[in-house]
Order: sequence, then C-alpha cells, then structure tokens
Amino acid sequence: MSNRLAYLRRLTASGAVAAALLAPAALVATAAGPALAQEQVQKGGTLNVIVQPEPPILVLGLNQQGPTQTVAGKIYEGLLRYDHDLNPMPGLAESWEVSPDGLTYTFKLRRNAKWHDGTPFTAKDVVFTTSKFLPEVHPRARANFSHVESIEAPDDYTVTFKLKQPFPAFMKAFEVSSAPMMPAHIYEGTDYKQNPKNSTPIGTGPFKFEQWVKGSHIHLVRNADYYLDGKPYLDGIYFRVIPDAASRALALESGQVDISQFNDVEPFDVPRLKELPHLTMTTKGYEFVAPLSWIEINTRTAPLDDKRFRQALAHGLNREFIRDRIWFGLGRVATGPVNSVTPFYEPDVPQYEYDTDKAEELLDEMGLEADGSGVRAEITLTPMPYGETWARLGEYIKQSWGKIGVKVNLESTDVAGWVQKVSNWDYRATNNFVYQYGDPSLGVARTYISDNIRKGVMFSNTMGYSNPKVDELFAKAAVENDPKQRGAQLSEAQKILVGDMPVIWLLEMEFPTFVNKRVHNAVTTAIGTSENFADTWVEKKK
Amino acid sequence: MAAIASFLGRRLIKSVFILFAIVVINFLLVRAAPGDPAMVMAGEAGAADQQYVEQLREQFGLDRPLYEQLGIYLADVATGDLGYSYRQQRPVWDLIADRLPPTLILTGCAFILALTAGILLGTLAAMNVGRWSDTAITVLALLSYATPIFWVGLMLILLFSVQLGWLPAFGYETVGGGYEGLDRAADIATHLILPVVTLGLFYMAVYARLTRASILEVRDMDFVKTARAKGLTETRIVFRHVLRNAILPVITFAGIQAGQLVGGSILVETVFAWPGIGRLAFDAVLQRDYQVLLGIFFVTSVMVIVFNIITDLVYSLVDPRIEVA
Repeated sequence: MSNRLAYLRRLTASGAVAAALLAPAALVATAAGPALAQEQVQKGGTLNVIVQPEPPILVLGLNQQGPTQTVAGKIYEGLLRYDHDLNPMPGLAESWEVSPDGLTYTFKLRRNAKWHDGTPFTAKDVVFTTSKFLPEVHPRARANFSHVESIEAPDDYTVTFKLKQPFPAFMKAFEVSSAPMMPAHIYEGTDYKQNPKNSTPIGTGPFKFEQWVKGSHIHLVRNADYYLDGKPYLDGIYFRVIPDAASRALALESGQVDISQFNDVEPFDVPRLKELPHLTMTTKGYEFVAPLSWIEINTRTAPLDDKRFRQALAHGLNREFIRDRIWFGLGRVATGPVNSVTPFYEPDVPQYEYDTDKAEELLDEMGLEADGSGVRAEITLTPMPYGETWARLGEYIKQSWGKIGVKVNLESTDVAGWVQKVSNWDYRATNNFVYQYGDPSLGVARTYISDNIRKGVMFSNTMGYSNPKVDELFAKAAVENDPKQRGAQLSEAQKILVGDMPVIWLLEMEFPTFVNKRVHNAVTTAIGTSENFADTWVEKKK
Repeated sequence: MAAIASFLGRRLIKSVFILFAIVVINFLLVRAAPGDPAMVMAGEAGAADQQYVEQLREQFGLDRPLYEQLGIYLADVATGDLGYSYRQQRPVWDLIADRLPPTLILTGCAFILALTAGILLGTLAAMNVGRWSDTAITVLALLSYATPIFWVGLMLILLFSVQLGWLPAFGYETVGGGYEGLDRAADIATHLILPVVTLGLFYMAVYARLTRASILEVRDMDFVKTARAKGLTETRIVFRHVLRNAILPVITFAGIQAGQLVGGSILVETVFAWPGIGRLAFDAVLQRDYQVLLGIFFVTSVMVIVFNIITDLVYSLVDPRIEVA
C-alpha cells in the first residue's frame, strides 16, 4: 500500500505535465484490470511483438536476458507471479504458506499443469529445478537458493523449502526469470547447456514453441492443454526481430507490430508515438525490475576516492534536465539506492539539488585549484554503449561537469569492451543501470557490500566502495524476519549510502510500453510484457 | 580454352594459400578486440558471478591457450567444419546457410538494378551532354550518391509503407502469411522492392557517373571517328564501339562491389530487418561470437576470390585484347 501512496504523492508532486502524461497510462491500467473482465473477451487472433535484440536461446533457465524473458516468459513459468505492488499471486503454485519464524516455505502446486510434451508437472520438477538445475547455471538463483537448508516434496503436489535462517526476500525469488521451472525428465542427468532439446524449449506455459527463423521472427502457438480453462485467448504470438530503432517506431506506427517495451523505442520518438490514436502508452509493468540508473564511480583513485568530490559531481548535474530533455520526461529523479517502487524505500535522505556554487565550494574545500584554463580535475567517462540516449547523456555530463571545473574525456566502447573495462575496474566513471528484483536484499545490497568486490564480475561492487557499517546493516536486514526492524536497518543503510555517494544516482527509469488499442490485458503484473500473456486478447480487425 | 583452364588452375592454388593466411590473420585480429563472448553474455544478463563467467569460458573453449585454439580451428576449417556457435546453439554452417540466401537475393537484385540502370543513365547522359537530360541525370546521381543509405531507406518506408501503405516496411516475407510456391515468391518480391531500391540507388549513381565520364573520354577517339565516317548509325556507334571500350572501368568497379556485397548490405539489412548475413556478422562482432564471425569471414573471402576470378574472365570477354594470366 505504501508504494501506491508514494506513487500518488509523486503524481501530485510532479505537476500538471506529468499528471497529464500519466493519466492515460493510469486509465489503461484500470481499464485493463477487473473492469474489462465484463467486456466480451474475444478468442483467437495473433499478436506481433517486437523482440530486440534477438535472444541467443529460449531456455530461460540458461539465459535471463530481457529479450529471452520476453519470449520465453510465455513458454516457461515460475511458482509465483507478482502484481504491480509486488504482492505474490498464484503461478504454478496455487497457494503458499510461510511459517511465522520465516524458516519454512510451503508451496501447493497446480494438479493439472503439464509440460508441453504431455508429461505432468510435479513436485519432482520443482525440487530438481531449485536444488540442481538453477544453482548450477543461474547466477541470481544460485545466490537466492544458497539460503536453503533443504528442499522436500512430501507428495507430488507439495514442496517445502527449509531455510538456514530467515530470509524474507525469499518470497520474491520465484518470479519466472528468477526461478523458471525446468522439466526434470528432459534435463536430469544431462549436461544442461549442451542438451540437444535446448533448441525446442519445453515449458508449462500458455504458449508453445513452434518455429524460430533466425534474424526474422519467433513463432509461439497456443497451448491447448493449458491448465487454466479457456486460456490463453490468443492463437499465437509472433516475436519480430527489428534491429533499427527508427524502423521499430515505424512498425508500431503502421500497425505491423502491436507491442514494444523496454528500450525498443528511443525516448525521442516517444512524444510522437504517444500522439497516435491507435496506440496507448504505459510505464507500468517494470516494478519488479525497477531499474535505477546512475553514474558509477571507481572510488579507488584520487580525487574520486573523496566523497566531497563525488558530492560535488552530484551537485553539478541537473537531473530534472536529464529526465526532461534526454529521456523526454520518462522516469523520476532518483533520491538514493532504492527505487521508490521497491519495498523499504527511504525518502528522507540528503538531497543533491543542482547547484554549481555548492559543487565549487566542495571542490574548494578539497583544495582543488583551477589551472589557467579553469580545470580543477580531469576524469574519463566511459558512456554505456546501449544506444543513442546514453551517448547524449555522456555529452551532457561532460558539459555540465566542465562548468564546475571538472574536465571529462569521453571514451567510447562497445558492449564487450565496456564490460571488460568496468568489471576489471579499468575505468574512472561510467553509466550503468541495475535492476532491484523486488527487494533491497536481492537487487540493491549486492552493489554496495564489500563481500561483492570481485574483479572480473559485472554488476558486482565494481566501484570498490566499502563501509563496514553498511555491510553490517545489509547483512542484518537480509536475515531479519521482523519487517519493522528490517525497515529501520535498510533506512539507515540508505542514509549512509546517500551521504557517501559511491555512485551518483540519476533516474528511477521508466520504460515506455506501447500497445495497440486492439490488444487488451497486455500489462497486468510487475513484469509487464514479460508476463505469460494467458489473459491477453485482441479485438478482431474490422 | 586451355589458357582459361590453366588460368583457373593457377588461381585456385593461389587462393588456397590466400585463404589460409586470411583465416590465421582473422583469427588473431578477432581476438585482439577487448572482451570475449562470456563477458558479453555476463554484461547482458544483468547479474553475474564468477562461476557463471567461468562456465561460459569453459563451454566456449576459451580457457585453453590461444595457439591451441588456433590449431583446433585450423584443423576444423581444413575438414570443412566452421565450428559451433554456443551463443546461438547451432553449427556455424547452418547459421550461414540460413542467412546467405536472403543477402544474395537482396544484393544480387540491387547489383543488377544498379548496373543496368547506371549504365543506361550514364550512356544517356553522355549522349546528351550539356543538355537538360544530362543535367537531370547528373543531379539525380549526385543526390543518390550523397544521401546516406539508411536515410533513403527510412524515407522510402515512410512514403510507401506508412503514408501510402503500398509496400511492406520490413522483413523478408509476410510472417504468418503461410504462402507457398509462386505466391511466396511474389510476397518476397514485394518485400524486396524497397531494400533493393535503397541499396541499388547508391551504386546506380556510381555506375552512371563512371559510364558517363568514360564515354565522354572515348567518344572523340579516332576509331569512333572512323566508325562515324563509315556512316554507322549513332546507336550502333554508341553500343558497339564507344560503350564496349568505355565499360572497362565500370566492370572493375562492379567486381569490387560484388566483393563488397555482404559488407555494404549491413545498413540496409538493419533498416529493413532483413534476415541476412550482414546483420549476422554485425551481431557477431558486437557479441564477440568468434566462431560465427570467422565463419562469415571465411565464406565472404571465398566469395571475393571467386568474384575476382570472374571479373578477370569478364575483362577478356569484353575486350579480347586482354589476356587472362
């Protein structure tokens, strides 16, 4: 509930423009909810969805990239799904129970779920997936299930996880990309990555794999044996690979595709597409990943090792400008390490408004004198090689910091080079954005704790930030079963972090999901269009 | 005939050595780029740990010393095996075999369009030099040459797909159309028009300008005057005497273009979501999918060598004074 309140607060606070932008989205969201259940659902029809870039493989257990999830999220399922406020909903588990001491999680499974090859889905699959398959190949699941002492299946349709100590975030570990259920009868005893069946994925979801024309499209068809009566409504889904951003916008415009998500559409195309009568736009459906963008700083070398310098850099950026002019109004200015849609968000932290005087004061305090050309310090920024918008951001940062006497040299790379540089700490500053996965213990702590300073590993604590107090608070919060205490620990950690500024938080990112108006129920949960589309239906073309 | 056979024999032997050198150099060049496929996949995954990256390296065979990897690769290529893409979970041959035909159709059509239209327009311009039709053709050629290919493509999509709705905006065929036989060919043909025009315009401009310039150079030579003095018709003079002599630079350039078919199509394939080999190569570079990249280099090197041989043969056909050697 607190999330929703925060959401409303933001709505009023961000003024009339933002309200006007969000109002249609909110209307769609309510319209797509229960109200529409009364409207006549039409069966049949196919959807065209953009998938970009082309996923390497569709076995979700082996690969969890965004595009893989977009497609494979319809084939595979997790035990739980999550609504927009991150409350669990039934998935392959019909009901669940957590013992008061927070140590035992019991799931009751659906009795009529089947794998696409006809084999029944049972507790054996869950035990195999969570105790063998995922811990071997899935980095995030490996961490989540490391808290488990034992996994048992008292009968075919019950699974019990016993934890070593309380780990409240465990409830968020069962979403489809975090823990996709894999068929034991296909993978048990094989080399998972080399299994020949990997090219024809078998899941329990509402859609079955039909055909993959590399470079062109992936075709899924309706699973007639799906366990929910009458669902799915669609006959099939085509996922179209369209590499060029301008072509993707044109494809939406001309109606050749029905849905786009994440960064399919570049921010500068958003205002134009939003005007089109046959499209709706929503920014809902990203609550689970809750991406947060920041400027990552290698805190190992001077002057970046001084928090006053980092604070000065923060004051030297106008983040409203970044949101309004570079992201065309998409997103909210971030206040700290936790996204406001993620539980345990703490709003009461030091604020870093745009103020070049304050920035210069801090630099003066450090004794950084300007040389003849007004330069106090020089750093290299390696912009994230994820498209136009990030390049624009890099140019803006260069210009802004130049005004406070920090000269920025831009260094460009491609993805492989960027990952190599950042993960091997061979950088000074870069942009990044990271997912939160519904709980600070899952998606936030990992970036700031000293244990996770590991050379060569991306999305670890590559800044080299280390604060024993923060380590302690995150460690305690991870195993604290009392939500109140846990909240207090996480709040304190956030306050310390915002003071220390190991990274400069920029935006709580919002992605535009464009949906053709003839498509209903496209975004219904916290994972948006990565959801399984069992409820999605289309109006017949007239 | 014997001359041609011995020419082909010598060129083939040379080609084998060239190919060997290409494979080794490519292998080393590709490895010189920072990062490796495991890094890319870790970067794309959004979360990674040491074990994940190490597993990938082991799976890709990247944990072995470089010379060992090179040895394995050379031995594989010698037996006609281009390796396996772990990223795409398919043999490299299959990937290339799937993606080569769309590219060959696209670039082949664009090549023919560019060559015929270019030579015709160039000839026309040269015959009417200084008049309005010459100016019009020159301006058209200049515009097509100077406008970025992707922009032309987008404008064509905007006009013919979005505004007029006549032609499909992208793709190789109607997805889910279920066409067979002739219907399918017609469907592919409608999808071909925009990308072929986009890609063809640029080269058409080049050929038009080359032809025009070359004809202007040749048309005042003595043998043309002789022909004219013999009382031949102007058309016959142009096609039998002038063009035949003027066409050599065009052939040279066409030979080069044929070799560049794959590279030049990357932009067009990207704009039109054409499932061709140019995009496969581009993605493979970004993803450091070494095996696929090397496989494409290998196949395209073979193509370039073949086109070079064909160009040399065509020279001798057009101008018998040139001997194959």
